[in-house]
Amino acid sequence: MEIDPLIFRLSIFILSIFVGYYVVWSVTPSLHTPLMSVTNAISSVIIVGAIIAGLSGNSDSVFNTSSIFGFLAIALAAINIFGGFLVTQRMLAMYKKKKKDK
Amino acid sequence: MITANLSAIFYLISGVLFILALRGLSSPETSRQGNFFGILGMIIAVTVTFLSMGNFSTGFVYVLIFILVGGSIGAFIAYRIPMTAMPELVAGFHSLVGLAAVFVAISAFLNPEAFNLGMPGNIKLGSLIEMSIGAAVGAITFSGSVIAFLKLQGIMSGSPITFKGQHPLNAIILTSIIALIYLLCSTQSSNLFWILLAVSFLIGFLLIIPIGGADMPVVISMLNSYSGWAAAGIGFTLENTALIITGALVGSSGAILSYIMCKGMNRSFFNVILGGFGATDEKSNTSSKEQRPVKSGNADDAAFLMKNASSVIIVPGYGMAVAQAQHALREMVDTLKKNDIKVSYAIHPVAGRMPGHMNVLLAEANVPYDEVFELEEINNDFANADVAFVIGANDVTNPVAKTDPQSPIYGMPVLDVEKCKSVLFVKRSLSPGYAGIDNDLFYKENTLMLFADAKKMTEDITKNL
Repeated sequence: MEIDPLIFRLSIFILSIFVGYYVVWSVTPSLHTPLMSVTNAISSVIIVGAIIAGLSGNSDSVFNTSSIFGFLAIALAAINIFGGFLVTQRMLAMYKKKKKDK
Repeated sequence: MITANLSAIFYLISGVLFILALRGLSSPETSRQGNFFGILGMIIAVTVTFLSMGNFSTGFVYVLIFILVGGSIGAFIAYRIPMTAMPELVAGFHSLVGLAAVFVAISAFLNPEAFNLGMPGNIKLGSLIEMSIGAAVGAITFSGSVIAFLKLQGIMSGSPITFKGQHPLNAIILTSIIALIYLLCSTQSSNLFWILLAVSFLIGFLLIIPIGGADMPVVISMLNSYSGWAAAGIGFTLENTALIITGALVGSSGAILSYIMCKGMNRSFFNVILGGFGATDEKSNTSSKEQRPVKSGNADDAAFLMKNASSVIIVPGYGMAVAQAQHALREMVDTLKKNDIKVSYAIHPVAGRMPGHMNVLLAEANVPYDEVFELEEINNDFANADVAFVIGANDVTNPVAKTDPQSPIYGMPVLDVEKCKSVLFVKRSLSPGYAGIDNDLFYKENTLMLFADAKKMTEDITKNL
């Protein structure tokens, strides 16, 4: 009997939780705020689902109920992607080391 | 048009890049590179999606328009937001992830053919389960984050809102969500889908209102975690590896942060999310206490003490953020350093309104990060320091947490500020902190209270140095 592809996805999911667990514990506490903003940005990779949804209309009508929800989701996710990555970059640029020679 | 296998490999690559993005945050030096990996991963994921759709028609143009509109709004916010408002921003962003997950789920439910999930009214069972879980968690994330945002922004009062029967009501609603998902999957009824969404929005709202303002670090981390699980749920529906990996990463990241925050307060996760902490039910406790003598001083006294010190430890808290005192503080420290006084900063895990809040504010004020220490790193140094300068922190310095088993904060790890030769405590008044309990530190022999606005007091001290 063939293995359901769902099992493979589940394996990826479970293993990623463990990867996340170890990676996040190694994040230095002083960078916990950038951690939150960058996780925000990357979880907006949900935009791939939104794009599929947005393109679900046919050539005669781009807009139907389903694709409109897709387009809205694209805009929301895009706010997060750009906002999340840029604000993280802005924060990280502020973390400076002590100047050794004064 | 690229094959499904090839695009799956690219999604895997972008998932790995996201892991590297988080890995980079293990130190400030590698963090900027990490952020770059994250951006690269996102570009790959989006590009591959376009290529695999192979549909560059009118719809494609609209997709680009919506990305541009959303992207410009996001970029605008990212450049304009003050660092003190970071907790609100993150809460707001969480709500958007939640809502986007809900919208994608709605779209997939209405038009499952586009996602290869079957026909409307006859969606594959597995996909329907994943979709409804993703939608429910997304809706909870959305409404919960909106409440967190309103509380942080001060639009809604930060004090807990509790009412009789709150917990039983929440329990009933949560059970009904599970029942609704079961019914939805067995009947495929679209009405049930809408009811499920409505009920999930409601519970997200109800879960967050009883949680008080200073517990927001836990709430934000928890919602961070939820947004990840919602993304993972949608990832399973769309059979997309990048989304599944990211969802798992973000989910566990938020969970770990919540755990760290709870440990910083010595409270269980359930104690925090059940809420009501810091409500004004401790009145009897404070009013029965007679007035104890307090030493108070002015900027001149404080400057004198610090000038004669050889090492100073600064303990910032949420009050510093409220007063926007971080720049004034750094100027004061610069003056101290010119006088060859050793200065370091001590940060409690739950200082501020989100994990790492104080660190970002100090970084903004150009404080080098190697002068900033976590609780465990610096706690032993208080005994050797001459002056502790407490600015905007309160409960996290209360020695009662170590001495009085009756106290609600007993057992919470606190900074051993009282071991310093002298303590300067900047505060507006003697009012108790968030936990509603008196701070014993106010009445210690070696404590000098500086009653003033944190920013103004710091500026005055600098003038007097």
